[in-house]
Amino acid sequence: MTEDEELKKRSAAAKLFDIRRVIGALFVVYGVIVTLLGIFDNQSEIDKASGVRINLWMGLAMLALGGVFLAWQWWRPPVPPTDEDLRTSDETPTGT
Amino acid sequence: MGGLVAEGPGLRLDLDVFDYLILAIYFATVLGIGFAARRAITSSSDFFLSGRSMPAWVTGIAFVSANLGALEIIGMAANGAQYGLMTLHYYWIGAVPAMVFLGIVMMPFYYGSKVRSVPEFLRRRFNTPTHLLNAVIFAIAQVLIAGVNLYALALILDALLNWPLWLSIVIGAAIVLTYISIGGLSSAIYNEVLQFFVILAGLLPLTIVGLVKVGGIDGLFDKVRNSDLGDAALHTWQGTANSGNPLGANWIGIVFGLGFVLSFGYWTTNFAEVQRALSAKDMSAARRTPIIGAFPKLLIPAVTVIPGLVAVVTVKGLGASSGDLTYNNSIPLLMRDLLPNGVLGVAVTGLVASFMAGMAANVSGFNTVFTYDLWQTYVRKGRSDEYYLRVGRWATVGGIIISIGTAFIASGYDNIMNYIQALFSLINAPLFATFIVGMFWKRMSAPAGFWSLLLGTLSSLTLYLLYLGDVVKFNSDLSESFWGAGLAFTTAVVVAVLVTLVTKPKPENDLRGLVYGLAGTSTSGDAVLAADKVWWRNPALLGGIAVVLALLLYIPVW
Repeated sequence: MTEDEELKKRSAAAKLFDIRRVIGALFVVYGVIVTLLGIFDNQSEIDKASGVRINLWMGLAMLALGGVFLAWQWWRPPVPPTDEDLRTSDETPTGT
Repeated sequence: MGGLVAEGPGLRLDLDVFDYLILAIYFATVLGIGFAARRAITSSSDFFLSGRSMPAWVTGIAFVSANLGALEIIGMAANGAQYGLMTLHYYWIGAVPAMVFLGIVMMPFYYGSKVRSVPEFLRRRFNTPTHLLNAVIFAIAQVLIAGVNLYALALILDALLNWPLWLSIVIGAAIVLTYISIGGLSSAIYNEVLQFFVILAGLLPLTIVGLVKVGGIDGLFDKVRNSDLGDAALHTWQGTANSGNPLGANWIGIVFGLGFVLSFGYWTTNFAEVQRALSAKDMSAARRTPIIGAFPKLLIPAVTVIPGLVAVVTVKGLGASSGDLTYNNSIPLLMRDLLPNGVLGVAVTGLVASFMAGMAANVSGFNTVFTYDLWQTYVRKGRSDEYYLRVGRWATVGGIIISIGTAFIASGYDNIMNYIQALFSLINAPLFATFIVGMFWKRMSAPAGFWSLLLGTLSSLTLYLLYLGDVVKFNSDLSESFWGAGLAFTTAVVVAVLVTLVTKPKPENDLRGLVYGLAGTSTSGDAVLAADKVWWRNPALLGGIAVVLALLLYIPVW
């Protein structure tokens, strides 16, 4: 009874938290910072990286990766667990 | 460029405010994951096994990420610079077949028997002494390795950012402690997934800029051919008929030593790895975990071995036996020479992330084994679940405090990579032998499990001590750990067979679901295959693809 309620609460909490959103958000933030740095890079920084505008390219790539994760999460949101999921997910070994 | 390098104050990186911002955002995110995961924990199973609820892509990435500690990254780049492309063996033959084997053959026993740890499997397959022996060895090894990771993190932060050693050790320990003790394994796993992408984002610009600098892959190979390493460094199998190649090992050593004993020992019985798969949401996801991990493993050398080769042709004097120009500094040196502020911050963050990934894997393996296998089994039985959850949190605190102590022990060794290799040959090789015999030979008796594990470990420990004491000589430390692993494996198998012949077998009913050929309810063919109906979720097919890809990747560099 109380265990059941706890179980529901737990699984609900677990579903609120989706790693895809965290990865997506972190990489969008990194992407914005690094892309902006890349736009304003001066020549000595570009020369250091053998002439590659590495900040700009990596910034855009990270922005894209972050976007993919956010889009994935939006396109396939986490599904609320069914009763059966809840039952089977709690078959924790008791270990005698 | 050359002038710039020579004048640089050692390895010191010139981080600006944006680099520190990137690092600070990462720390904040890691801690945030810990607090978010906390809401999802109400039982000890949530804490130690993530309530067995993780999807396969998450556990698969965590599986490979738990192995992608900074020692691995820095060590493999160093090997790339020192041995050339033969380092690829560590990724391909030395990892992929074992990961696939774990997923296809062994996971049904691990996941299906509902054990919570590798020692617990040994208790059910053999007996309590075997369990106690393995649990104690494992717990000690984990805090030793966690200490090494912590010390290496501190060394790198000292060299790159001029942070004092003690400050880095305390900060690193505090962050790992916070997110694991509040968020448990979910927090460790989620952070590992995040770390995986941050590590790659840090290594990728190094590889790209490095390759542009030396004129692409062709330019790199030309320059390596004209370097001291020579053409031999561009081949993986050619020249392995004898040991006259950069690695100093012939093909038999590579296939059986590295590809079989060391690799299967590490990947299939190391609980810090297996734990990721045990947290998967169902049998199918558990079996796919190591196999999904095998795909990134195939490609990681592109961002570790290639930078190692770039370093050897661009950094003058690399390969010194001490000082700033050791092979171990290949990656930090390239970061200093090639990356502008911005991606530099990402790269430093990736390196810091990878140290924490390694340490978190050790600590979460330690607290599980300590709580379930030692405390609950031998010290305080039959308490409430809440009680064990509390013990788990305290075990985490204790484990990390001990790691800080072992970090200072590790600071007494000048070559920490060899220290790690020796630990693996001591711990994993005999365990793997006991396991593989016990899993496939149902006649193997309970006492045989104990004696084979004990004598296997002692045999390789003896060899190691004799080597340290200069009584037995080997060409290199690497060669010692290979022979030590081989000796431990052989001893354990021989002892297992001999003891079994003079003792009583376990009743078959006790072995259902634990031994090949004695299916239990959860390991029967139907239960294992239930979720694998869709072809792209079939572990055997995915595993086959991974192995074939490894073979194909060898062709251009054979």
